[in-house]
Amino acid sequence: MEITFTVNGVERTADVEPRMLMVHLIRDVVGLTGTHVGCDTTSCGACTVLVDGIPVKSCAQFGVQADGRDITTVEGLQTNGSLHPVQEAFKQEHGLQCGFCTPGMMLVAAALLEKNADPTEDDVRWAISGNICRCTGYMNIVKAVRAAAAAKAGAPTTGATA
Amino acid sequence: MLPPRFEYHRPSSLDEALSLLDTYGEDTKILAGGQSLIPLMKLRLASPGHLVDVNRIPALDTIEEHDGALHIGALIRHEQLATSDVIAARYPTIAAAAPMIADPLVRNVGTIGGSLTHADPSGDLGSVMLALGASVVLRRTGGGRVVPIGEYLVDTFQTSIAPNELLTEVRVPSPSADAGGTYLKLERKVGDFATVGTAVFLSFDDGHIARAGIGLTSVGLTNIDASDAAASLVGAAPDDDAFANAAALASRAASPATDVRGSAEYKRHVVDVFVRRGLARAAEMAGRR
Repeated sequence: MEITFTVNGVERTADVEPRMLMVHLIRDVVGLTGTHVGCDTTSCGACTVLVDGIPVKSCAQFGVQADGRDITTVEGLQTNGSLHPVQEAFKQEHGLQCGFCTPGMMLVAAALLEKNADPTEDDVRWAISGNICRCTGYMNIVKAVRAAAAAKAGAPTTGATA
Repeated sequence: MLPPRFEYHRPSSLDEALSLLDTYGEDTKILAGGQSLIPLMKLRLASPGHLVDVNRIPALDTIEEHDGALHIGALIRHEQLATSDVIAARYPTIAAAAPMIADPLVRNVGTIGGSLTHADPSGDLGSVMLALGASVVLRRTGGGRVVPIGEYLVDTFQTSIAPNELLTEVRVPSPSADAGGTYLKLERKVGDFATVGTAVFLSFDDGHIARAGIGLTSVGLTNIDASDAAASLVGAAPDDDAFANAAALASRAASPATDVRGSAEYKRHVVDVFVRRGLARAAEMAGRR
């Protein structure tokens, strides 16, 4: 089935088998491998992407469902070579250890900050509760998301919208 | 994991969807949120020949209160239930359950129609709808029917829907101003299925309980309607004795299995504690305690 969709602002067309999962469309057809396959059973959130701005698990969607939709992957967070405030904060606060869950964590965080510019620690923990970090590095992830919120508040003109 | 091959259909209207069901019904699954269906297909526990993707059908994604009921479109996502103003104001049992379903990513996608039709006894919304006395609207080409939720959830992963029918709406009776309810859920971690969940609803008339509903999650082959427990409350005053008696009856209505989440005895005890606690909270909300 031929589908047309947007990934990180670029319109694409692909002819895909209906059973191809969205995560494989992104990784294998579009060639963006920042979106990870973790559990493959809808449990871990490593495959999180934004579909029309909403975080979803791309291992639990079919690629054909992307038709007409606007997808943002971790590669789309930066704009013109400048890191998104969330990326900058994960770097500054060391919000990662092995890095495998990081793309999903950052996309969920970016979507959270679009809805809630000043999240409490509880808000952050609630928002990332569908994303598992098996290094159990949650402390620094939470710190990073709050630091990103503070940075965005201090410099409202920088940073891409997710 | 690749799911098995299937033919994909994406109707743009309800009539088109129903006509597809007329043609392919027996070998078809409806793709709504897909948060249970797609994992089941990957595991080959489901291998439908056809998928009818209903996500682009208009008018299945509204929440409206009129004619004495709340009408929830089948495509309403759990996150929309959790953030709806009318639900927050008047349907506290739904408002309490919605943010506890699965995890935030699943709640962004999973739908009320899909959840009820999946009929997992660990599903939270089935118990909520039993407590609230809700019905589902099933449409087919040229007609439709309204089915009480207790008659819809017939067995584990099994409903009374026919292959040519589509669930389009969940209908919840509007409560009087003098009512309350809540949902309590014990889970090991976010995203895990409930160890035990209990949904309660109470409405009052002149200080006495006029209507009661109690639904139980993860303690039997379906979501359980603890109707004896609820019936014991009608006409009673909202006191500790009445609630303890109802909780004991609810606990008896449960038939939990021992598994990794706990022993049957433990789960039965949690039902007792949660029903008592939930009823007290419902009465407080209604200003009756």
